[in-house]
Amino acid sequence: MEIRILAPSGVLGGGFTSESLAAGVARSPHVIACDAGSTDSGPAALGSGEPKLSDAAVMRDLRMLLTARDGLGVPLIIGSCGTSGRDIGVDRVFQLAERIAREEGLTFRAARIYSDQPSERIEQSRVRGDIRLLDPVVPIDAPIVSESHIVAMMGSEPIEAALLQDAEVIFAGRASDTALFAALPHLHGADPGLTWHAAKTIECGAACAIPPSADGLLVSLRDDHFDVETLQPGSRVTAQSIAAHTLYENADPFLVVEPSGTLDTTGATYEQISDTVVRVRGARFHPAPEYTNKLEGARLRGYQTIAVGGVRDRIVIGRLRQILPMAQDYFARRIRDLFDGTVDPATVDIALTLYGDDGVLRDREPLRGRPGHELGVLLTVTAPRQDVAHSVAATVAHVLSHLPIPEYDGLVSTIAYPFSPPEVDRGAVYEFTMNCAVAVDDPLELFRIEYSEVGGAAASRSDPSTRSSSFEGARV
Amino acid sequence: MTALIDLCSLIRSKNAGPFTLTFDIMVREPAGFRRIVDSGVLTPELFATLYHADVDSVRVFEHPAALAVKVSMPRPVIQGSAGDVDCYGGQQHALLLDVDIPEPA
Repeated sequence: MEIRILAPSGVLGGGFTSESLAAGVARSPHVIACDAGSTDSGPAALGSGEPKLSDAAVMRDLRMLLTARDGLGVPLIIGSCGTSGRDIGVDRVFQLAERIAREEGLTFRAARIYSDQPSERIEQSRVRGDIRLLDPVVPIDAPIVSESHIVAMMGSEPIEAALLQDAEVIFAGRASDTALFAALPHLHGADPGLTWHAAKTIECGAACAIPPSADGLLVSLRDDHFDVETLQPGSRVTAQSIAAHTLYENADPFLVVEPSGTLDTTGATYEQISDTVVRVRGARFHPAPEYTNKLEGARLRGYQTIAVGGVRDRIVIGRLRQILPMAQDYFARRIRDLFDGTVDPATVDIALTLYGDDGVLRDREPLRGRPGHELGVLLTVTAPRQDVAHSVAATVAHVLSHLPIPEYDGLVSTIAYPFSPPEVDRGAVYEFTMNCAVAVDDPLELFRIEYSEVGGAAASRSDPSTRSSSFEGARV
Repeated sequence: MTALIDLCSLIRSKNAGPFTLTFDIMVREPAGFRRIVDSGVLTPELFATLYHADVDSVRVFEHPAALAVKVSMPRPVIQGSAGDVDCYGGQQHALLLDVDIPEPA
């Protein structure tokens, strides 16, 4: 048995080269899969539903992948659509694909797999005791559940279900990156340890190549090993670079938890076959005693306005750390004045970050209190309403420009602002609320799958013999 | 005196999800990897001290095939929450570059 899996890029919209895709297509893969999301960009995507990457960037990659899939007649699987994998992210990427299909004259059977979770559904699980808190523990309660937008992270099973229904292009909501690549091998009965290890290795595309890039990788999964091959001309892989990829964005370099169990790469070996190919063996998969889907939640934290400035006067720099805490009392009084007591100063967070002193490491900074010749000042105001954040930020920005410096007489000039006005509204900001999984009886129960025919005349699609691909078509 | 970075091809910090901070210390040569591991310097206690973390929450892994030492701990602040100034965890490794790896005995 040999199953060839093409990972054209680490992220849809990341911008792989056409050469790397062509090299992958030339190897006749049985499936193409690409992740389109992550929590790595922070809670904004899940909280707001706005994707990290632009439609233009996603369409550029998606057009090339839909065209490549059409030519090969194999399934294309897109995971965590719209960065967060929220339902609106799935619909957004699906609509881009419909547009591309019209423009390119493509037809395919689509599956949309939705992963949004109603708060009431998760609250029922919580009350029943079906929530499993993960490490580090972030406790949840009924208010957190009701205030959060929640997605469940699917395993490979919903994707397998869509493949069995002859879906040719799958738009998955929140999915573990690895599930996209594991689904087809599972249906063919491939070794689960090798399958999950291969999936983990290629989910970031050529991030594990030398030099790392947004280009493609190909895995050839066989009975007792898999080969990883880099596709971008001029790039290479080494046994070390492939082994090292299990470290990336993962707390434990040997154990990777999936909904159905744990990938264990402790016994894995990595063998250099050529400059562009590494052979991997030996990983194992330990099935879990219960099936769990990880949950991700984000809720509104408030509205933000920021301002950026710089300080170069050494006397001001020397006094800043001492004066700013004193100014906070003044700010609280001003907030009461500004809003006639209707805004509680305790609900407005005024944070001043001093770059050049402890801006990056905060209280972990051993050189704190020994700033250099120039300080960058970031003002961040977070409030329950945007107009409050803006108003407070404008007031604070004004105060910062004339701080009282004991060494100086008269009205002091204390900060350089690069912009007029200094303050910039950032809109709504969000926070993550959940580090937990939910136990389920059925790997499909949290997910809804909808099928549709895209492009062309729907009537001609009813004849299965005209379909360009299906799971049955992807014989290995 | 040898700084850790002098033996490494890459030192980085990164999120491993929104709640965990992870450090990847990639070593140039197998000899350097052995030297770092044998020195016993990269301990949970070191990271607990540098990052004000609970020592029991720090996990240290040696990965010989990758010539890497990996350290994971809870994030000081949840990613994107109030007070988080490093949303991607991209600069928290800075304190590791100059950790002294003593000469082998």
